Amino acid sequence: MVAASSTKSISVTLRVWRQSGPKELGQFKDYSAKDLNPNMSFLEMLDVVNDELTARGEEPIAFAHDCREGICGTCSLTINGKPHGPGKGIATCQTYMRSFHDGDIIVVEPFRAAAFPLIKDLVVDRTSFDKIMQAGGFITARAGSAPEANGLPVPKGDADRAMDAAQCIGCGACVAACKNASAMLFVSAKVGHLGLLPQGQAERDRRVLAMVNTMDEEGFGNCTNQYECSAACPKTISHDFIARLNRDYLSASLRSAFRPEAASTGGGGA
Amino acid sequence: MATLDSKIPSGPLADKWRKHKTDIKLVNPANKRKYEVIVVGAGLAGSSAASSLADMGYKVKCFVFHDSPRRAHSIAAQGGINAAKNYQNDGDSVYRLFYDTIKGGDYRAREANVHRLAEVSVNIIDQCVAQGVPFAREYGGLLANRSFGGAQVSRTFYARGQTGQQLLLGAYSALSRTVGAGLVELHTHSEMLDLVVVGGHAKGVIIRNLITGEITRHSADAVVLATGGYGNVFNLSTYARGSNATAIWRAYKRGACMANPCYTQIHPTCIPVSGDYQSKLTLMSESLRNDGRIWAPKKKEDRLKAPADIAEADRDYFLERIYPSFGNLCPRDVASRAAKRMCDEGRGVGETGLGVYLDFSDAIKRLGENGVRERYGNLFDIYHEITNESAYKQPMRIYPAVHYTMGGLWVDYNLMSNVPGLFVLGEANFSDHGANRLGASALMQGLADGYFVIPYTVGDYLAGQKPGSRPSADGAEFKAAADSVSAMSKRFLDTKGKQPVSYFHKKLGKIMWDHCGMARTKEGLESALQKLPALREEFNATVNVPGSANTLNQSLEQAGRVADFIELGELMCRDALTREESCGGHFREEYQYADGECKRDDEKFGHVAAWEFQGAGKTPLRNVEALNYEFVKMSVRNYK
Ligand SMILES: Cc1cc2nc3c(=O)[nH]c(=O)nc-3n(C[C@H](O)[C@H](O)[C@H](O)COP(=O)(O)OP(=O)(O)OC[C@H]3O[C@@H](n4cnc5c(N)ncnc54)[C@H](O)[C@@H]3O)c2cc1C
Ligand code: SF4
Ligand code: FES
Repeated sequence: MVAASSTKSISVTLRVWRQSGPKELGQFKDYSAKDLNPNMSFLEMLDVVNDELTARGEEPIAFAHDCREGICGTCSLTINGKPHGPGKGIATCQTYMRSFHDGDIIVVEPFRAAAFPLIKDLVVDRTSFDKIMQAGGFITARAGSAPEANGLPVPKGDADRAMDAAQCIGCGACVAACKNASAMLFVSAKVGHLGLLPQGQAERDRRVLAMVNTMDEEGFGNCTNQYECSAACPKTISHDFIARLNRDYLSASLRSAFRPEAASTGGGGA
Repeated sequence: MATLDSKIPSGPLADKWRKHKTDIKLVNPANKRKYEVIVVGAGLAGSSAASSLADMGYKVKCFVFHDSPRRAHSIAAQGGINAAKNYQNDGDSVYRLFYDTIKGGDYRAREANVHRLAEVSVNIIDQCVAQGVPFAREYGGLLANRSFGGAQVSRTFYARGQTGQQLLLGAYSALSRTVGAGLVELHTHSEMLDLVVVGGHAKGVIIRNLITGEITRHSADAVVLATGGYGNVFNLSTYARGSNATAIWRAYKRGACMANPCYTQIHPTCIPVSGDYQSKLTLMSESLRNDGRIWAPKKKEDRLKAPADIAEADRDYFLERIYPSFGNLCPRDVASRAAKRMCDEGRGVGETGLGVYLDFSDAIKRLGENGVRERYGNLFDIYHEITNESAYKQPMRIYPAVHYTMGGLWVDYNLMSNVPGLFVLGEANFSDHGANRLGASALMQGLADGYFVIPYTVGDYLAGQKPGSRPSADGAEFKAAADSVSAMSKRFLDTKGKQPVSYFHKKLGKIMWDHCGMARTKEGLESALQKLPALREEFNATVNVPGSANTLNQSLEQAGRVADFIELGELMCRDALTREESCGGHFREEYQYADGECKRDDEKFGHVAAWEFQGAGKTPLRNVEALNYEFVKMSVRNYK
């Protein structure tokens, strides 16, 4: 069974969102992509289409990408209405043409959300995620101040669970998939990751309050427990982390109401 | 001629860094905020540097071309990070990590730098754990380790198959904290297109905003480049598509020497090329060699058979056969060349014949499918997505691919280039890996440079600069650099030729892979040195860059990067041609032992070659920094 994959070529029509700038009007335009090797990735297919557009003197389609192996979180296409396309637990760049059929019409749009303003064509601005991280997505540990690593054992179960959450690639598919454009899954992944570790306790209250408040300020919507986010997430981050976030937020709010200094410290031990 | 003073402190190897730290000049805390440092890049090296310098009190401006620092290519590192913790009680020590790295680098790195790296490796793990990096743990809650190539101890720390991701997110969180606290001014979507040198010192950068196209000038008291490696010269590589050489190349053209550009690492375990549309090659982490066994069919006629139909006796586990004591865990350059030899003999597998098997059937028997899934599940998933094949059911097909560049801008022991005030960290410098990097040591180096070296050494330079003496960004040097950057964009846009940028990148990649790849010859390199200037001419005359300079224009970004790659490719070939020996990743077919191993020439080439730009169209100058081995004896590497 060497090279089991079929190499019968396919042709498709792309219906692509074109918008030359944030203030311009956008529209769908059709492009045909012919004789594609099904082992091509979706982004490689766009590369080929773009070279053809360039040759015809048209501007190529702007799309965001970098690692092309599902880890950097840059790629961000909504394909046939689904953020990151038809596959489960993968990013746009891990989508291969073998997921489509000859003659398909494929609709390609950017990740749409008010908190992700459009830059051009399929590229959006996700700076709002950075802002949330800057507000509290960290454990304060200046270089040079760290104690011996094995001084603090972490139960394997907690470490594994923290890692499950820490795998978030910050792509924003959860936001694009949510009808409220909520960033709860993204925020809950970071709050869960750091909150599950003993190192993260000191700033636990401060972190959750600051991250959630910034999320609201940045214009993300509320979570109404539809869980479209987990379904679209390329790292299948579980919505259980959202429940955990809600609990953390509630207890941090209570503690900070009774004891305002908790908002600026951990409060984890209270 | 550039002055290359390595500034290696005197004294016993193990005392050099400690002594240097106490000898180094300090900046008075009250003065720190009067100094401004520019950090370009926010991968492991850049984010750790920017946050550490900010925590110390310097004003920091950080620029990245990505939309967020979290996207840096470091995110993609899979396997792990080395540290001499000796948690496994298997005889590891700082000296052993030092020695393995020196030997792995085929005796072409500086002893003092490598020893320092091994010393601070232990602090890196402490630092990352304190930040909340979720490293793998044992049931008792202590940190777990795995083995990596080129070592006989188990010293690699990991976070599933996503170690780089977790380390980068740790460094990114530290950077985010300092940005949030107003200590670092972060500029995303900002590409550095030139270095500004004033009075012989690096004092600023020219930045293009990738969304608006605006060109801005920024002055500083010191400039730190942490812009990653240049493996995309080869077009197909395991690098992210955006990784590029522009920052270091433009710094080279402003006088910084480029050291050992021909030292590139070809990683043995990558998914083979499948078609000409391909945009990147995907690494299958070296950690897989802990449990996977590499083989090729003994008989040529078996190469297209299903692997299950090839009898055990007809399989050649060639690494175990040739290198019995390191077996599947021999260093990358050795493993890659061995795989190439099997394919050259006509025993390569897969349609193209450019592949060998990486087989997990023994591991599955021993650990069960779930045991293997626990260790490598995500890698097996990646393999399946790309090839549509299950590595639980049949062996992976792998082939070597370009993965890392050991060469880079020349730096002294303080990580400062020959242009005073210009510091270079991480993969962008040449410093620690000699002619071949061992697995799990790039992450270590990036974080060592950023967290533990630059915070000391930048102060040593700044202490000699008067606070408030940095030049204004309105000065003539700034204006000239900004104008030349704008002119370059205009030239690309005005050419209006026939070929997209990708055409040139593919063509360049093929020339480099054929002539400056896994095996190099005088003849091949000379022919590449004919082809590359011709390619440059063709690019200048016929490139087609649509659109304008004042919007997001990905073709324009790519044009600048590929133009630089073509020029750098030429320097790599020149460096490979003049280094008439084989060492580590640099294999010249003329210089090998009868068994195909590298034949070094320590007498003539026991040195660093640092190339100095002499002007467009002129042959660059080859400067030499002798490598003085005081503590280790340069010997023939032996992994048998
Ligand atoms: C697939 C893969 C797996 C790997 N696995 C391992 C491993 O297991 N262990 C290990 O030790 N090493 C591994 N490596 C190597 C290691 O990941 C890299 O060497 C290391 O991460 C490089 O870090 P860096 O900080 O120097 O650069 P990068 O992470 O590449 O960061 C470069 C930064 O510079 C910025 N930049 C670049 N140019 C410009 C410019 N002109 N203007 C503005 N900004 C710019 C980018 O935006 C980015 O922020 C792996 C490499 C690859 C390709
Ligand atoms: S939670 Fe999932 S979908 Fe949301 S940003 Fe993280 S990886 Fe992307
Ligand atoms: S391009 Fe990096 S995740 Fe898709």
